[in-house]
Amino acid sequence: MSVDRALGGTGNWLDERIGGAKGIRVLLRKIFPDHWTFLLGEINLYSFIILLLTGTFLTLWFQPSMTDVVYHGSYVPLRGVRMSEAYASTLHISFDVRGGLLVRQIHHWAADLFMAGIFAHMIRIFFLGSYRKPREINWLIGIVLLTLGMLEGLFGYSLPDDLLSGAGLRILEGVIQSVPIVGTYLAWFLFGGAFPGHVIIPRLYIIHVLLIPGLILALITVHLFLTFYQKHTQMPGKGRTNTNVIGAPLYPYFLAKTGAFFLFVFAALTIAATFVQINPIWLYGPFNPVAMSAGSQPDFYMGMLEGALRVMPNWQWVFFGHTFAFNVFIPALVPLGLIFTLAAFWPFLEQWITGDRREHHLNDRPRNAPTRTGIGIATITFYGILWAEGANDLIADHLDIPLYWTTWIARVTCIVGPVIAYWLTKRICLGLQRKDNHLLEHGVETGIIRQLPGGEYIEETRPVDEDALAVLSSRVAHPALPAGEAAETEVPASGMRGAIGRVRERSYKILTESAPIPEHIHGDGHGNGHGDGHGPAQVRSGGATASGTQAEPHPGDEGH
Amino acid sequence: MSDTNSPGTTGGDPGRGSWPEYLGGETGRPEDQGPPRRVIGTPSPAASRTMLTQPDGGDGEELIEPFTPPEPQDPDRARKAERIVVACFVLATLAGFGFLVAYALVGVGSLTDTLHSNLWLGGTLSLALLLLAAGAVIWVRQLMPTVEITEQRHPMRSAEADREAFKETFEEGAATSQFVKRPLVRRTLIAATVPLAIAPIWLLRDLGPLPEKSLDNTVWRKGLRLLAYGTGRPITAAEFNSPGGLISVGPEGYLANDDEMAKAAVIIIKFRPGELVFGPETRPGAPSVPNKVVPNWTVDNIVAYSKICTHVGCPAALYEQTTHHILCPCHQSTFDATQGAKVLFGPATRALPQLPIGIDSQGFLIATGPFNEPVGPSYWERS
Repeated sequence: MSVDRALGGTGNWLDERIGGAKGIRVLLRKIFPDHWTFLLGEINLYSFIILLLTGTFLTLWFQPSMTDVVYHGSYVPLRGVRMSEAYASTLHISFDVRGGLLVRQIHHWAADLFMAGIFAHMIRIFFLGSYRKPREINWLIGIVLLTLGMLEGLFGYSLPDDLLSGAGLRILEGVIQSVPIVGTYLAWFLFGGAFPGHVIIPRLYIIHVLLIPGLILALITVHLFLTFYQKHTQMPGKGRTNTNVIGAPLYPYFLAKTGAFFLFVFAALTIAATFVQINPIWLYGPFNPVAMSAGSQPDFYMGMLEGALRVMPNWQWVFFGHTFAFNVFIPALVPLGLIFTLAAFWPFLEQWITGDRREHHLNDRPRNAPTRTGIGIATITFYGILWAEGANDLIADHLDIPLYWTTWIARVTCIVGPVIAYWLTKRICLGLQRKDNHLLEHGVETGIIRQLPGGEYIEETRPVDEDALAVLSSRVAHPALPAGEAAETEVPASGMRGAIGRVRERSYKILTESAPIPEHIHGDGHGNGHGDGHGPAQVRSGGATASGTQAEPHPGDEGH
Repeated sequence: MSDTNSPGTTGGDPGRGSWPEYLGGETGRPEDQGPPRRVIGTPSPAASRTMLTQPDGGDGEELIEPFTPPEPQDPDRARKAERIVVACFVLATLAGFGFLVAYALVGVGSLTDTLHSNLWLGGTLSLALLLLAAGAVIWVRQLMPTVEITEQRHPMRSAEADREAFKETFEEGAATSQFVKRPLVRRTLIAATVPLAIAPIWLLRDLGPLPEKSLDNTVWRKGLRLLAYGTGRPITAAEFNSPGGLISVGPEGYLANDDEMAKAAVIIIKFRPGELVFGPETRPGAPSVPNKVVPNWTVDNIVAYSKICTHVGCPAALYEQTTHHILCPCHQSTFDATQGAKVLFGPATRALPQLPIGIDSQGFLIATGPFNEPVGPSYWERS
């Protein structure tokens, strides 16, 4: 009844003005596939909303000013101490505003969760191949969002002008200063002269509360719209194909679930903010350029850059009266720059190498793309080692390892580690593929031993059930490359000639390395009743696919 | 309302229902590859194909199949779940009021008050949110029947006919605007945007002064007293007589000047006789021998080094008495204080510069000259 009244009243009022009944009905019935990893992106969205809310609250008291004041607030140990207004107002928020400390801590925890969520979300998108056509644009937006998030976080935790974050700004200044030719000028423009100056906090403040959040908000909007418009990817499963979406409708299911999830994220942040202290700036003290304490670490998402600075050997050249500070600008720019650039180019590189320009809506299982998974794990290993090196003094202290050893271990492992990780991951993936093949070809072991009339003992197996079959047989062969120069009988196709052609051919071999796709499935005939009825297995690139959830070819696919 | 040819007019989910040509376009039948063969405005042949897979989608309008979900299977369980959900929501309401009350009752103003306030406000808010979330999840899982619906996907690429039509419209517009036809208009327009595009960057010039030579020098000069950072008192060599001791100092008159202190911060360390590795005597300001302490720049085995790390400028604040290592806490660059603060380990390349010191007529430590090289992190103009 209340539903009737709402529709008749507000609904009618709105429809007479906007006329959305038809369109919104379609919207309400939009299908959302379900998988726990799809929640990772929602974590970021909700932490961002919480960041906007709590951040606005904090601005009501925060003073982005570097003017010197003497503190007279409630925190006794710092009374009478000279500090900037920014630091004093942060103390005021923490100790003299009811709920101020709570909101400040929620804000900081939410920032960390936002970044952690982005990393997790990005990792899942990569390993499941969800970035593939048509979702490359959203992948690129994601990388920009990650970069903006790092800057937003760095600028945000620098605002209280405490000793720890001040050292972070000093490091930032040193890094900018090391950039050849323009570095000194950039540093002087950013800081309005010599470090620390009197303008850096107000400048970071307006970038932190307006410029970057605005950009992030705009990009999140596009990101979500594209996700919505292109529809969500789905995990392989019974009945799920590249041309359908199976799940529950937006209204009421997804709305209710996602609403509950928002509340969970908020609750988790509130619990953390209530019981786990974060960034206790009153313990660090106000910034001064002369003091620094041991065990100084940035927030976790900057740790990799910190580790890169620590791990770098002290190479520096002086040429023609100019200093090339390789020891600073290489670690600051190269490792993370390399990862982001590679990540941005990867979808296009993969498309070029495999020649696969089909749309992909069915996610890959990580094992089914061993090279991609290997590259991903290698990258995470590289990042992880540098990240751990960012806290090498704490690691040395807690594990009782000599400090310099930790750096040497990191120097060696950040090069050797990714190679081993790549090789190991690829072997594991190929092994898992063979295990899947075994299940498909021979069925599930039942533990029942039977004696054949001839006296031979065999173990009975049964075919895998339909749900498992759909998942196990989701691996699809890659389209074959056009003939290259190795095929002596044919004229090489365009794009396959010369050195570039050979590179592509070799990369194709590495990238598509997989166990053969099984031709016979145990119990085939009754285990094959699912799928979309696109009967016989198709032969591509020399491998036969099991029928079922494989991709249907679209006419929009070029060149196959 | 039957079949529509204009994408976007129906709103909502464009992939489903609103673009029937897509359905034809996606199947890859030869007839769809060429120019459209049907008269615009007549129902698409694709719509009839749609009917095969969409029971309710015959006329291209009613593409959403309504579903009436069944009632929950087990009424007893549903009633129990309902009671739990209601309990969660009631408790959430109480916790929410608890938050409001805690705000009014628990004040702040001291460390313990803030601690209590934070616990009460955070605890009640957490409880309210958590109970709401739990209630909502139980509601969805136990009270809402499970539904799984299959929806068809359509390729992102527009149908050939639409692409053709778009191309025509676009070219028509380009031709009408004369933009292509009149190159002079086009080129001058583009030329006019160039200065305007540079202007925003141009406007940023006054963000800061040019560095000039300011990084090359500090305020240290002959005769400036070394004042202890913190107390601001001058230091006599006799006072500072415990070997292994370290004091952070700054130049007289600049202790409160952060911009100058960021370059001019100095540490003085007292050594036992024989611990320092001396090089040749050097005039203050002149180049010194690397890895050696300049003997005439010390006072009674007290040496002064720049405190600003030559890596990225953190204060090299840690000193280990037994090994005489100066360690920068930021990136662990390590310097040997007995050998002219030469680099032992870490990412820093250059030794910490030594400040020439002496004593004035009253016995206080003073600088006897400036640093003989720029202090702190490297920069492009540094030679």
